[in-house]
Parts: sequence; C-alpha cells; structure tokens
Amino acid sequence: MREDTRTIVFAAVVCVTCSLLLSGTAAGLKSRQEANQAFDVKRNIVKAFGIDISAMDRPGIEDTYAAHVAEDMDGGLPIFTWTEDGSEEPSKYAFPISGKGLWSMLYGYLSLEADLETIAGISFYKHGETPGLGAEIEKPWFLSQFAGKKLYEDGEAVDFLVVKPGTPLTDTSVDGISGATLTGKGVQALLQKDAAAYAEYFKSIKGN
Amino acid sequence: MASAAKKLLMDPFSDNNPITIQVLGICSALAVTVKVDTAIVMTLALTAVVSLSNFVISLMRNVIPSGIRMIVEMAVIATLVIIADQLLRAFLFDISKQLSVFVGLIITNCIVMGRAEAFALQNPPKASLLDGLGNGLGYGIVLIAVASIREILGFGKWLGFQLPLGDNFMGNGLVLLAPGAFIILGLLIWGQRTLTKYVED
Repeated sequence: MREDTRTIVFAAVVCVTCSLLLSGTAAGLKSRQEANQAFDVKRNIVKAFGIDISAMDRPGIEDTYAAHVAEDMDGGLPIFTWTEDGSEEPSKYAFPISGKGLWSMLYGYLSLEADLETIAGISFYKHGETPGLGAEIEKPWFLSQFAGKKLYEDGEAVDFLVVKPGTPLTDTSVDGISGATLTGKGVQALLQKDAAAYAEYFKSIKGN
Repeated sequence: MASAAKKLLMDPFSDNNPITIQVLGICSALAVTVKVDTAIVMTLALTAVVSLSNFVISLMRNVIPSGIRMIVEMAVIATLVIIADQLLRAFLFDISKQLSVFVGLIITNCIVMGRAEAFALQNPPKASLLDGLGNGLGYGIVLIAVASIREILGFGKWLGFQLPLGDNFMGNGLVLLAPGAFIILGLLIWGQRTLTKYVED
C-alpha cells in the first residue's frame, strides 16, 4: 500500500510540474506566435494577389500589405481588395478559400482581376497533406497555373477542374498533381464551392 | 573521466550512430532533409530534447516508481518536445511550418526513448547529458549529410545559397522525394559500414 501511495504522489508531482512548465511556455509565447500567424495570413494574401514575395522581407511585405490591401465585409463575406498606387478603384479582389483535401483542411486565398472573372493568383497557407505529394499544392509550379484562368463566366461560377496531368487544358482547368489525385479533387471541390458562394457578391459589385 | 566523457560524446558520431548503425529515427531523417536549414533546426531541436530528457530522467532514476517508469519518461519527453515546438513557432515560424508535424513527432522518435531506457536510467546525470548530446548530434550529422546531398542535387543550392553549377543545371526531382532520401540514406549506411567494417549479426 505504501508503494502505491508513493507511485500516485510521484505521478501527481510529475504531472503538475509538466503542466506548469507547459502552460508557462504557452502563455509566455502566445503573443509572439499570434503575431507570426497574423503576418503569415497577410503574406499569403499578398501572394494570392500574384505578387512575387520571394525576395521580400517581413517589413517589406507588411508595408506592401498596408499600402495596397484593404479588408471589406460588405456582402457579409470577407473580401480583400488590391489598389494600385495613385488609383481609387481596386484592381484586384481576393477571398479566402477552404475545403477538405485528402488528410486535412486546406486554407488559402484566391484573387480575381478587375473583370471579376479571371484568376490573378492563388495561395495555400495551411494544410496537412503528404509532403512531396499533396503538399505540392503550395509549390509555385502548381499555383502559377491558375493565373489567367477563368473562375466565372458571365457572372456565373464555372465548373473549374483540376485534371489528370496530360489531359488537354482549357480556360477553366489546371493540371493536378501526380500521386495526389484526391488532394487535387479537394482543390477542385473547394474552388467550385467558394466560387459559387461569392458569385452573387461579385455580381452585385459588377452591377454598380 | 575525460576519455570516458569523450567516448560518450563521440561514439554516436560513427561507431554507434543512431541512424546508420542502430537504424533509428529514419522517418524524420527522410522527411526533414529536403533542405539543409530544416535539417539543422531539426538537429538542434532533437539534440536539446534528448540531452535534457536524458538529464532529467537520470536525476529521477532512483526515485521513479518502477510501475510507471515509462509513462514518466513519456511525460518528460512530451513536455520537452512541446516546449521546443512552441519556441520554434514563436521564433522560427517559417522553419516550424516546414517541419510541421515532425517536431511533435520527436516524441515518438526511438532515439529519445531509447537513450532514456538504455542509458539515463543506469547512469548519473552528467554522463547522461553527454550521451544525449552525442546521440542528438550523431543523428544530426547524418541528417545534415543527407540534406546536403538532396539540396545540392535537387536545387543546386546549399543552405539556400546558389552554387556555381552553370545555367544548364537541372534539379533532380527524385532526390527531393522520400524514395530519393531512402536511396541516399542506404548509400550512406553502406559507405559507413564498409569503412568501419561493422557487420550486423
């Protein structure tokens, strides 16, 4: 019995010590981690607008974001606008996209040109897909295919397709990733879903 | 003592390397070796975890009740891993995103639990700390070697710096994928065992 008591006391001491250490670390680093995440979101919005950020440092990206990007909640849906220097009217519009991949939720942003039909850029900032396969969705070769493709035609969302590599491409399809067919299907489904969700909103902007 | 300490620290680099001799920690050795910078950060994280866990477990080795020995070890290791992960997220955000789940998976890295069970439970704290350092760095040196080969052949870069390989250089896609890492690791193990004349019984 004495041995049991000692075991329980020892386990309790270890647990309390570990949890104190962990909560201390988590609380102490929280603000820094949140700042990192907030910056990561900004960086991905800038990236989704088709801006090459590979040579930009953190303050550079923060400045670009502050100078060009504005956030809007007009239609009840979050929307980001990009305004060129010296211009009043936004020249690009971006919105968040998300949906199920193979293993995980995919989160990203997609931007449209001023015609509100043509894709200007896309980025994914959070996913848990297989490295080397599904995780290729965040690689430039995959993402750069989207620019110039059509997401809407005459205001209606098109059936945007992520097709098997080798299939002839159209205005509304991109090559998928070999070995990651299901991640590609996920990207296709989330693009169609979010494009449909924003169709009304873009129609209303166009009407003005 | 000096030579014993040196042996503890240096043995894992070659004669008793956790990856090439004991063939432990292969999963992360394949996953985080696409670039040298992630390999270095992973090395530092694992070395910190295995040294400190060895040290702490060695301090407690005479008082841990035998019935919950392994659970206590897991609690210590898991706590250290989470702290390492939190620190990376706060201070090296981009690299922590690339390492993704693999920092968390240090918990299941056989090297950490293996050293705790095989060494720290029988040896004093100072020797255990050295053993942890040696094993972490021994793991790291293989990681960095694999990552160097993959980054040079795959991207024509080393630690992010462009190497003067000419305009005709084409990155090899295979070495960037996990099978490529397997092949490189196999060649390294072959090379090292040929040099040290180590034979598996």
